[in-house]
Amino acid sequence: MAKTVVLERKPLSFSERTYLPQIVTGLKTTFANMFKTKVTLQYPEEKPVIPKNYRGVPTLVKDPNGREKCVSCQLCEFVCPPKAIRITPGAVPEDQFEREHVEKAPQEFEINMLRCIYCGYCQEVCPEEAIFLQDAYTLSGYSRDELVNDKKKLYELGGTLPDRHYKWDKKKQAELEGNNH
Amino acid sequence: MDWMSQNLLLMLGIKVTFALIMVGAVMTMAGYSVLAERKVSAWMQGRVGPNRTILPFIEHLPIFGPALRKLGIFQPLADGLKFLFKEEIVPGHVNKFYYYLAPIVALVPALTTMTVLPFGQMHWPDGSVSTLALADLEVGILFVFAVSSLGVYGIALAGWSSNSKYSFLGGIRSSAQMISYELAMGMSLLPVFLWVSVPGSQFSGLSLSAIANSQHDAPWLLLVQPISALIFLIALFAETNRLPFDMPESETDLVGGFHTEYGSFKFGIFFVAEYAHIVIGSAIFTVIFLGGWHFLPFLPDPWPASLLGTFLGVLWFLFKTASLIFFFIWVRWTLPRFRYDQVMSIGWSKLLPLALANLLLYLVIVTAIDRFTPPVP
Repeated sequence: MAKTVVLERKPLSFSERTYLPQIVTGLKTTFANMFKTKVTLQYPEEKPVIPKNYRGVPTLVKDPNGREKCVSCQLCEFVCPPKAIRITPGAVPEDQFEREHVEKAPQEFEINMLRCIYCGYCQEVCPEEAIFLQDAYTLSGYSRDELVNDKKKLYELGGTLPDRHYKWDKKKQAELEGNNH
Repeated sequence: MDWMSQNLLLMLGIKVTFALIMVGAVMTMAGYSVLAERKVSAWMQGRVGPNRTILPFIEHLPIFGPALRKLGIFQPLADGLKFLFKEEIVPGHVNKFYYYLAPIVALVPALTTMTVLPFGQMHWPDGSVSTLALADLEVGILFVFAVSSLGVYGIALAGWSSNSKYSFLGGIRSSAQMISYELAMGMSLLPVFLWVSVPGSQFSGLSLSAIANSQHDAPWLLLVQPISALIFLIALFAETNRLPFDMPESETDLVGGFHTEYGSFKFGIFFVAEYAHIVIGSAIFTVIFLGGWHFLPFLPDPWPASLLGTFLGVLWFLFKTASLIFFFIWVRWTLPRFRYDQVMSIGWSKLLPLALANLLLYLVIVTAIDRFTPPVP
C-alpha cells in the first residue's frame, strides 16, 4: 500500500502575502504571451483543415467515367432516421450505352438539409457507394426551399470520387465472356 | 462697455473652443482605449483582435489601407455607430426618470475632472511659461477627488432604478467599494503633497501643475514615494472599476452588474464614462507620480523652451498616459477578480492602515527636515 506523505505547507513569507511578486510574475506571463504566434484562423479567407471521414453535407458522386452511380435502390431513403431523403426512381434511358446493365437511376433525388442530422447512415447503407458525406460544412439559405438539395445540386457538391469497382466495366466484361445475367 | 462685452465674448469663445478640443481629445482617447483593450486582450490570448473595419476610400491605399485595417483603427467608429443605431429598449419595470438620468450622472464627473487636468507647459515666445489646462486650479487635486467620487452616483442610480437584483447588487458593491477606496486614495496623496511643499520648497499647494513641475530635473515622486504610488495606483484601479476590482460589473456573477438592464446608447455612455475615467485617472497618476510632461527623472527636459518644446512635452505626457492605460489593460487580462469581501478587507484593513502609517512616517520625516534645516534667510 502506498504510503501517504503529508507535506507540511510552509507559511507564506511576507512578500508572498503581499501578492505583489506573484502579480509581477503573472504580468510577465501575459506580456510574453503577446508576442507568441496567434492561433486565430481568419475564417472566410483561411479554411480549417477538414479531417478525413468528416461527415459534412451528404452528396451524390459519380465514378471517374462520369457515370451516375446511384441506382435508386432507396435504401438510404429507408434508413434515413429523420426522413430527409426522398427519391423518385426512374429508368436509365435505353440509348445510354455507357450505362448498360443498370436498369434504374434516380429521376429525382432530394435531401432536405433542414432535416438531415449528418448521421452518415445513408453513406453506410449505400450498396453502390454513391452517396458520401464529404467535407462541405457551410450551408445557408434564405428560404426553406433553398435548403432542399435536389439531384443537380447533389452531384455538383459531390463531384467525382475514385472508384474501386467499375461495376459497368465488370458487367460488360462478364457479358463478353458469355456470362450474361 | 462695448469693448468689454466684445472681449468677454472673445474670451468665452476661446474657452469654449479649448473645452471642445479637450473633450474631443479625451473622448477619442477613451474610444481608442476600448480598441486597445480589445487588441491587447486578443494578443495576450493568442488572438488577433478586431481587424476588419475600414473606410471605403482608405481601403484602397497601397500599404496604409491593409495596415490600418489590420490594426482595427476604425473599430471605435463602428462601435460608436452601432451603439447609436441600436434599438432603444427601456424595460417596463424600471423607474424611467432615474433610469435615463443614471448614464448622464456617470458621464458628467468623468468629463468634469478633465477641466483641471494640466497636460503640458506653454513656452511663449517672450519667455514666459504657463500651464496648459482648461483651469489650472490651486486646489486641483481636491477638485479631482471631489468630482470623481461623484461618478459612483451614476452607477448606484443605475443599479437602483433598474429594479433588478443584478443591477442592484452591482450598485451596492460599487458604492461600498468607492467609499472604501476613496479614503485610502486621499490618504495616500497626503504625504506626497507634504513632501512637495516641504519647507523651503518653491512648490507648494495642491495644484496639479505645481506637483508636476516639482519633478522637473528631480526624481519622480514614484521613486520618492513608492508606497504612496502603490496605494494610489491600487485605489485608482478600484475607483475606475477596473479588474481586479470590477465589483459593480462582475460579469461572471452579476450578468452585467449595474448596466444589466441598459442597452444601445445608454449603455454606450456608461462604457465611454468608464474609459474616460481610466484616461483621466492615468493622466492624473502621470502628473502626480510620473513627472507629467517632464522628461525622465533626474534629467532636465531635453527639448528647447519653445513652441516645439511645448509640443514635445505634451506628446511625452500623452505617451506616459497611454503607457499607463496599457498597464491598466495588462493588469485586467492578468488578474482574476477579487471576491467582494476580499475587496472590502483589502480596502479597510490593508490599504487604509498602510496609507495612515505612510502618512505618519512622512510626517516625522518632514518635521525632522523642518527642524534640522537652517531657516531660509
